[in-house]
Amino acid sequence: MTLAHDTKITPDLVKSHGLKPDEYERFVKLLGREPTITELGICSAMWNEHCSYKSSKKWLKTMPTKGARVIQGPGENAGVIDIGDGDAIVFKMESHNHPSFIEPYQGAATGVGGILRDVFTMGARPIAAMNALRFGEPAHPKTRHLVAGVVHGVGGYGNSFGVPTIGGEVNFHARYNGNILVNAMAVGLARADSIFYSKAKGVGLPVVYLGAKTGRDGIHGATMASAEFDDKAEEKRPTVQVGDPFTEKCLLEACLELMASGAVIAIQDMGAAGLTSSAVEMGAKGDLGIELDLDKVPCRETGMTAYEMMLSESQERMLMVLDPSREKEAEAIFHKWGLDFAIVGKTTDTLRFVIKHKGQVMADLPIKQMGDEAPEYDRPWVAPKLQPVLTNAPAPGDLKAAILKIVGSPDMCSRRWVWEQYDSLIGSNTAQIPGGDAGVVRIRGKKAIAVSTDVTPRYVEADPFEGGKQAVAECWRNLTATGADPIAITDNLNFGNPERPEIMGQFVHAIKGLSEACNVLAFPIVSGNVSLYNETNGQGILPTPAIGGIGLIPDVDLMATIAFKNADDVILQVGGHGTHLGQSIYLREVLGKEEGAPPPVDLALEKTNGDFVRGLIRAGHVSAVHDVSDGGLGLAVIEMAMASGLGASLVLLTHEQLFGEDQARYVITASPAQAAAITAAAAKAGVALEQVGTVTAEPTLKIASGPSISVADLRIAHEGWFPAYMSGEL
Amino acid sequence: MKAKIKVTLKTGVLDPQGKAIEGALGHLGFDGVGEVRQGKYFEVELAETDHAKAKEQVKAMCEKLIANTVIENYDIELA
Amino acid sequence: MKSAVVVFPGINRERDMMLALETVTGSKPVSVWHTETELPKVDLVVVPGGFSYGDYLRCGAIAARSPIMQDIRAKALKGLKVLGVCNGFQIITEAGLLPGVLVRNKDLRFVCRQVKLKVENNQTFFTNRMQKGAIVSCPVAHGEGNYICDAETLKRLEAENRVVFRYAEGTNPNGALNDIAGIMNESGSVIGMMPHPENMIEPLHGRTDCRPLFESLLAA
Repeated sequence: MTLAHDTKITPDLVKSHGLKPDEYERFVKLLGREPTITELGICSAMWNEHCSYKSSKKWLKTMPTKGARVIQGPGENAGVIDIGDGDAIVFKMESHNHPSFIEPYQGAATGVGGILRDVFTMGARPIAAMNALRFGEPAHPKTRHLVAGVVHGVGGYGNSFGVPTIGGEVNFHARYNGNILVNAMAVGLARADSIFYSKAKGVGLPVVYLGAKTGRDGIHGATMASAEFDDKAEEKRPTVQVGDPFTEKCLLEACLELMASGAVIAIQDMGAAGLTSSAVEMGAKGDLGIELDLDKVPCRETGMTAYEMMLSESQERMLMVLDPSREKEAEAIFHKWGLDFAIVGKTTDTLRFVIKHKGQVMADLPIKQMGDEAPEYDRPWVAPKLQPVLTNAPAPGDLKAAILKIVGSPDMCSRRWVWEQYDSLIGSNTAQIPGGDAGVVRIRGKKAIAVSTDVTPRYVEADPFEGGKQAVAECWRNLTATGADPIAITDNLNFGNPERPEIMGQFVHAIKGLSEACNVLAFPIVSGNVSLYNETNGQGILPTPAIGGIGLIPDVDLMATIAFKNADDVILQVGGHGTHLGQSIYLREVLGKEEGAPPPVDLALEKTNGDFVRGLIRAGHVSAVHDVSDGGLGLAVIEMAMASGLGASLVLLTHEQLFGEDQARYVITASPAQAAAITAAAAKAGVALEQVGTVTAEPTLKIASGPSISVADLRIAHEGWFPAYMSGEL
Repeated sequence: MKAKIKVTLKTGVLDPQGKAIEGALGHLGFDGVGEVRQGKYFEVELAETDHAKAKEQVKAMCEKLIANTVIENYDIELA
Repeated sequence: MKSAVVVFPGINRERDMMLALETVTGSKPVSVWHTETELPKVDLVVVPGGFSYGDYLRCGAIAARSPIMQDIRAKALKGLKVLGVCNGFQIITEAGLLPGVLVRNKDLRFVCRQVKLKVENNQTFFTNRMQKGAIVSCPVAHGEGNYICDAETLKRLEAENRVVFRYAEGTNPNGALNDIAGIMNESGSVIGMMPHPENMIEPLHGRTDCRPLFESLLAA
């Protein structure tokens, strides 16, 4: 068979594939000849930022990924941790930013579909989903349409697939006007001794294509994900993939059934760069060659070329290496679920990636080098300019108005309009729905896990190192606030153009901050995703390293929630009074300024205070717990009141004490009888603790020497903004 | 032979999607837009070559599956 | 009490339903795949929630025409108890076991939240352990739960006391006619409802309001 040299490779063609001239040189040298068009396409898919991590790899390698409970760290479809009793949790977060900006419904839907597939590819049944969404400012003409489409897409896919969406984040900021962020996280449950990996084993074994048929969807989606946007972005519409949650649900059931039968040797989902990256991954990891016969690939459209098939990003597809003696059994399972099943190739001992189509060899590439020899850059970076600590933020003229403004602001108001569109209950195991510190799902018996996604991009912008630390610390704190032991995280690093030294500097410093927090808090990173080039017309997004964490709750009956439980319970603040208003919600919403250094994070204090609170929860000594974050103590207490319908009477507090966003802090409530014991325990543990108020039967927030606001009025402000904005009233 | 089938909601059946489209058209500045009703359109390839038989066949398809005759009407065109 | 839960491709709340049936009635239901042509011998068949066939074409339309539904229809006419929940309600309605149709929620959005359900008829196989007029909390999770039917049918449903559950206290989440959340056929052998009682039976769910519904199956 001869090699098809059907198209002359011109510099323009190379450029349109997103390869720099030196990268192309490197590829030609590797081949020892000019590539075919199919090979060029494969190279561009494998060597773009999205698949190769060429700008970030150097720094990702420095992050802590090991721990006693880590079964599988980064490098597989998802990370795997041990939660005891032979159970393992498989989880990952991934971005679908660019596709969601172009077509919000399908972009978000296929983002959810992709991450669910990553999890069940490893043999886990998805038990929870989360998402971290960032949109432009509410007044931007596109924002409402994007919010509606993304939320509808997240729900449309997750609800139909049948996974409970138990939490997430939604933020607005002008810096996302041209680049929204859609980060989806999935969490699955597997047996620790039956995790499936992508590493192929054995020569001459069948390579099997499973799932939906291949169409021309999303060709060069992975390349698009690594390109900056300009105003013509919407013209890229034809590359958008369309999700089919029904097929994915069938694929899940078929895969789990097939895995249980013992026929699966290796499995890899076809995500970005579809057939190309899945086949290379399986071969390269297993030190094997892969030969594919594209005549066998199930196609949805006629006349598809090798180039198109290799780069198609049609969804709901998998590649598997199968035990040949179980072929019939496997085929029967897939046909039962109405899915395509085709043997499209075999493993070889040549270490070559060979693509045949219509009697010609369309590609013949060294398989390991396609992954390993991808360019890796040490991009120049400059240390970020830091802002001075803000010292003189004035008190509000009208405290009541300030509180209502914050409670009803776009970033602080209730997300009910969003999460009511997500099925949070399917599975019958949901113990905490969105609206608390973390989502909680039962595993079985009394064992449960808590899941939280966190990052405060305005902090990261002001100081990437401290902001990086804070993202990890807040996630750890949110899990702790339910009573969970934080175990491990996944990260989704969303940044601007890494070719600009100041953006690369943000990235490097944020990674250093994340790493330090992970080390001190023993909270390793087991999976993740990097999304760079989030820029429009040269303006980057706020640096947004989203963190998704998992914690273990041994006894769900002792789980803590944020709602006040009993009138006359004392309200205690753990971690000292607030002092820091730089980059705070108060500063932005009430004083209209975004400035100053973000609150510093003392990780040792974080650990001491968190361990103390978790101990109280486990001992059953507290009735409610909430972490203190955006909006400070005041907002924490208000959220606890609104969640319960009870009120709170607070002591005299300064505006720094009410709204300061100092870290490592919690609000807890306890019966008056318990208070003395808790105070004594805090003193013994060296934890700052003081009573800041009392829970009241009367549903009113009262601040000594300050205003009284009824919980009803707070709720109206809190619940009002989102529905009003989405209906176009604002 | 190809059957082209239009399925529409019966008169009087609430059509929230149509209402939403109607509202959106107004927001976009299209004046004089009255009621909007939305429906579904299907193309079905048929082996049958006899017009009358094909019509019967497609009618049965509509009655049995393609339309919900509790709330929907259908209209068949053969080409 | 022997029960069967029917599974179509795309159904996704069958585990929730099986867990609730087993937890409350003490006996494990059998799972029946949609290509079967005959039900096993059971006292109750449940068509659970989900997105059978992706809800493509219309919710429940394709599942309603699958082989097992022929047998379910025949046996329901002879008195076999059939419960359809959410997508199951849509399926049995499409199959003609119940009158009317479920269309898109009034505000066009999927909704997952707690609603209040009033038990309007406590003389059924699923409500006999409840007081007539009792109000319970129960979650809904659907995009197309807006029950509609013609005026004549509505008059009959009301006159014959065939509205089993009604959304109460202003919690109608979808715009359903007369706040209808669940109905039954003339003989009472078939009940369909949009809310998910299977997700409200144990302390983990926040409340156990819907446990008596499943307990009713033991008495029926």
